[in-house]
Amino acid sequence: MKLTGAEIIWECLQKEGVDVVFGYPGGAILPTYDAMTKYPKIHHVLVRHEQGATHMADGYARASGKVGVAIATSGPGATNMVTGIATAMMDSSPIVCITGQVGSKAIGTDAFQETDVTGVTLPITKHNYLVTKPGEIARAIREAFYIAKSGRPGPVLVDITKDAQQMTAEFDWEGAAPRLPGYRPSYHAPMSEYARAADLINSAKRPLILAGQGILKSGTTAEVLALAKKAGIPITTTLLGIGVIPASSPLNLGMMGMHGEAWVNQAIQQADLLIALGMRFDDRVTGNLKTYALNAKKIHVDIDPTEINKNVPVDVALIGDLREVLALVEPQVKKATHSDWWTSINAQRGDAAVRDIQALPDSGHLYAAHVINDLWRLTQKRDTIVVTDVGQHQMWEAQYYRHEKPRSLITSGGLGTMGFALPAAIGAKFACPDKDVWVVVGDGGFQMTSCELATAEQEGIKVNVAIINNSFLGMVRQWQEFFYDKRYAATPMTGPDFVKLAEAYRLKGLRCNTRADVKSTVEKTLAAKGTVVIDFVVEKEDSVFPMVPAGADLDKMIRRPKQDVMLESGSDKDWEMPSASAAPVKKSAPARGRGKTLPTTKKATRPAPRKSPRR
Amino acid sequence: MAKHTLIAYVEDVPGVLNRISSLFRRRNFNIDSLTVGRTEQAGVSRLTVVVEATDAGARIVEANLYKLVNVLRVDDLTHKSALMRELGLVKVKVTPQTRAQVLQLVEVFRARVVDVDEETLVIEVTGTPEKIGKFELVLRPYGIVEIVRTGAVAMARGSALLSSAPPLVRTDTSADHGNDDSGLSMSV
Repeated sequence: MKLTGAEIIWECLQKEGVDVVFGYPGGAILPTYDAMTKYPKIHHVLVRHEQGATHMADGYARASGKVGVAIATSGPGATNMVTGIATAMMDSSPIVCITGQVGSKAIGTDAFQETDVTGVTLPITKHNYLVTKPGEIARAIREAFYIAKSGRPGPVLVDITKDAQQMTAEFDWEGAAPRLPGYRPSYHAPMSEYARAADLINSAKRPLILAGQGILKSGTTAEVLALAKKAGIPITTTLLGIGVIPASSPLNLGMMGMHGEAWVNQAIQQADLLIALGMRFDDRVTGNLKTYALNAKKIHVDIDPTEINKNVPVDVALIGDLREVLALVEPQVKKATHSDWWTSINAQRGDAAVRDIQALPDSGHLYAAHVINDLWRLTQKRDTIVVTDVGQHQMWEAQYYRHEKPRSLITSGGLGTMGFALPAAIGAKFACPDKDVWVVVGDGGFQMTSCELATAEQEGIKVNVAIINNSFLGMVRQWQEFFYDKRYAATPMTGPDFVKLAEAYRLKGLRCNTRADVKSTVEKTLAAKGTVVIDFVVEKEDSVFPMVPAGADLDKMIRRPKQDVMLESGSDKDWEMPSASAAPVKKSAPARGRGKTLPTTKKATRPAPRKSPRR
Repeated sequence: MAKHTLIAYVEDVPGVLNRISSLFRRRNFNIDSLTVGRTEQAGVSRLTVVVEATDAGARIVEANLYKLVNVLRVDDLTHKSALMRELGLVKVKVTPQTRAQVLQLVEVFRARVVDVDEETLVIEVTGTPEKIGKFELVLRPYGIVEIVRTGAVAMARGSALLSSAPPLVRTDTSADHGNDDSGLSMSV
């Protein structure tokens, strides 16, 4: 069957099972857009900026586990994609980007809208292609999908010249099967290493599992929990690992790293064995490498051999698919309880210096931590995906929103891309139309890609946008406060009236200034039909605690200052991970205004809150 | 830090050299020399890369090379019995007085004179990179006009097979890697 190159592109996408693509047309991709009209089964979402297209494809991929697809034209269209591609690369997200390129004869002539896109994206893609002949399109796209989703997933870009889209070629799907003699998506460790790993686990007194996104990618939540339960091993997660282990699981200690729980980081430093599953010892997780987990032997399971010994030298490396590795290791692991280890961890959990927002008095100010914790209380019974941006709100979300399921948190971890949340949430909504999708975003990051509200409006989809508005670039401000003597250079920030902005996009806008209004605002948002933008006006100079300064020892963290009005309880003994059923939304005891204490059953055991305003 | 010699077989496709050099730049490794040429197999090129790295660093380079889709196999010859050769062309000034001395050095280094005029000789020398460096050193007093070196190429001695997986792992498909219990341990 002879087809144009453009038709071949759509045929291939259809065969790959693509139901939605995110894109923006332009000169060099026009033949492909023209052919799109013949393929109504694939829904095209018109974005407002190509960066949005890549984030949407990324959000779609992370929510569904399938490959996300973004399309753009040559030159500026393709270069606008760069941030989104790099984001997907750092977080191992499978996306395929298709870009138009100037005609093959014009390549190298600095033609209108010509950019060397394969050159530009070479270091930020898993692989990329420049296709100049229609007969080579099918194989390039098939290989792109295969490479994107296999092994350690990642972005693949296919740059197709305009003439290749226009000319015809025989479309032979079977004949275009991937031929990748040098591509090795998976490996296997020698059998002896599995036994060595099991020996280390069996002889450990203070083992700890570091759970990363690899568990999500391999779908091995149950297997990891089974191993941890059998051998009595506590689990801590990375930021991208949040959700792979239910927050309500008694085995789950919480998040590790720069803004991880104090007791988690201390447990890492005290452990005699770290079992790293699908995580890569990022610097935000390890702190100072010279003092990182010096007491511990390390077992590292990863599908990517280049991650082994990159940052942290390990004792046993099991390179391969986590499912296979766990199936071979788990039977060799003996039952254990490690009760002394658990006792010492639980003692640290009672450390009075750890943060505890349940003890925060309501001073009449709205705190971001409260907003997020309340949002969790109000949405925990619903099937919810939260998509966060980057900054303080992202860390508060990680600390105070308790994720029970894999893929229920989508966030830009490795690259830390501001502007990620709104477009990624739109992509996630297309992947999971039946779930609630919440965007938790700062006022800074929101303004980077807020144009995508128009996309949500045009598509008629519902995403709930919670702007945590502190009129600052909050995380940078926090660093300036801690490390630059409060010289707030370029961090105070104004924005539009977000309610009016939403209304300008023909969407609903809400504003919330007090704790008392959080519940009704969230309820109104859930009840509304379309996309809603909420402007949560929060305390301006609040900081995320605890914090391990960049490059500092992991257990040398900055704690919440004791004199702060955001007092912590003297003891954290009663602080415990609320299970989904144990912490229902308190409908009977809503806070009624300024100066009221939290609607929590534990308030009687708390010290009397100080009513003085902060500062 | 020591010089490591890596051999990489790559698919002969446009941009493959760019991918490799970009990898070294991106991972902050300094290329000492890089040569590339055809092999006995159609569509396959062979690279010899000499890189300054620790043993651990060389392993990271090797694993990263394997991660490139167009790279078929990699071998680190540093600690193996291997031949290394480089070719150099040296254009050196000569006078009637020094010509005989230079020709004597050419003899000692088993080099060849490939061009002669009144004022210069062009000498072709092959050998290990160290030998060519030495040759350059002894010719320097006579006045070197130009020198060009190809960069090292290398080949393992004997009939041992090259590896076909990153260090410390084996693949399903690599028959020649099956006997990998030899000395390669996963643990470092």
